[in-house]
Amino acid sequence: MIATDLLTNYFPIVVFLVIATGLSMLMVGVSFLAAKQKPDTEKISAYECGFEAFADARMKFDVRFYLVSILFIIFDLEVAFLFPWAITLGKIGLYGFWSMMVFLGVLTVGFIYEWRKGALDWE
Amino acid sequence: MANSVTEQIQGLWNSDFSVAYVQPTAFAGLHVLEFVVPLIIAVAYLTYAERKVLAAMQMRQGPNVVGPFGLLQPLADGLKLLAKETIIPSGANRGVFLFAPMLTFLLSLVAWAVIPVNAGWVVSNINVGVLYLFAISSLGVYGILMAGWASNSRYAFLGGLRSAAQMVSYEVSMGFVLVSVLLTTGSLNLTAIVDAQHPFWVSLMLFPMFIVFVISALAETNRAPFDLPEGESELVGGYNVEYSSMTFALFFLGEYSNMILMSGMTSVLFLGAWLPPFGISALAVVPGFIWFALKVCFVLFVFIWTRATLPRFRYDQLMRLGWKVFLPFTLVWLVFMAAVLLYNHALPGMQGG
Repeated sequence: MIATDLLTNYFPIVVFLVIATGLSMLMVGVSFLAAKQKPDTEKISAYECGFEAFADARMKFDVRFYLVSILFIIFDLEVAFLFPWAITLGKIGLYGFWSMMVFLGVLTVGFIYEWRKGALDWE
Repeated sequence: MANSVTEQIQGLWNSDFSVAYVQPTAFAGLHVLEFVVPLIIAVAYLTYAERKVLAAMQMRQGPNVVGPFGLLQPLADGLKLLAKETIIPSGANRGVFLFAPMLTFLLSLVAWAVIPVNAGWVVSNINVGVLYLFAISSLGVYGILMAGWASNSRYAFLGGLRSAAQMVSYEVSMGFVLVSVLLTTGSLNLTAIVDAQHPFWVSLMLFPMFIVFVISALAETNRAPFDLPEGESELVGGYNVEYSSMTFALFFLGEYSNMILMSGMTSVLFLGAWLPPFGISALAVVPGFIWFALKVCFVLFVFIWTRATLPRFRYDQLMRLGWKVFLPFTLVWLVFMAAVLLYNHALPGMQGG
């Protein structure tokens, strides 16, 4: 029974996914066929305001981007933990509430540390 | 002869295999098209509406040449993009380069599978609707990251990095806002969220979260004043610099479709979707989906209005707002809301609430 429910609920999403994929491929495909394709070396070189591309574009980048993504993982995980907590808070009551406060407290200490260390600063 | 062919087709249609597999697929497909076709038309006319509204705010005419009042402008634009050459840069990773715009576009469509447009009017009324939306909108960052990387162009690379960091930063506070909504409704199902009626003081507590959500939605969709990824003055066009023709159009459509999606989410989570405003029952004579459409249009108008009014943020200001203002604020406010609701026995599922 649960399996059937799952199927009736999620099957339309799969169909949606197939239709959306088909549509996007169709749009690119039709334009590929409809328009004249005439590439030449100048046309397909990377755009750098008229200059020849200096070197490979995949250069070193600021480590802060990396830091931001790590912070994101931590806080997104926190949000993921909060989802079930928020749904059931009416049933788990005070015990559940204070357990989560301990968890959030630990993360807040980490957050304050990051802030003080300047991990959130961009200049 | 013709008769027997139709009979054969009818026989095939009613066969066991068809009843079990083909018919459900066909019905689901039709149901999906009921959403996709209006959505694409809405996206096309949102671009038109944006240009018209911006023009009106700057005392201009806006598009008015193609068709009456320029109404055929979106079609003309689409046709022009279709007839252009698809340029793939020599240094690009061809597969990833072509896949990125498709991914952006299809994700912005697929998210609509769980948005209820009217009572029970939804492709799939799943229990975990909010989680699904959160997951799909998180995946959106991949399209941009892939585009920035695969183009092998400096501008695209920097634009992609910036855009990814920006989307990721605002997603965290958006997550906290979603959790605060869940606190008051006790369900992840979007229809149940709309149906949950709050007392006035609960709505009042949700109001700051609503503001944060709308601002985060602007940042998530890379809209002004957070449109740094395509800051023309420094990055030319951001992650889609190297794209042309339909691959560019897919990014463009994806961005506008995401705007409509965010407006839809706002109206489902905070504005009561298809319910008449302020609970005035006399207004219920107007069909629900029209209220939904009006609310979406209102939020979209606010998006465009913001673009016409505010100058662009600096990148450090953007990151500061996301990490040092929104994140601590939403976290503290969430805890505050949970405590108030708990101590007033007002949580869903609580006795004597």
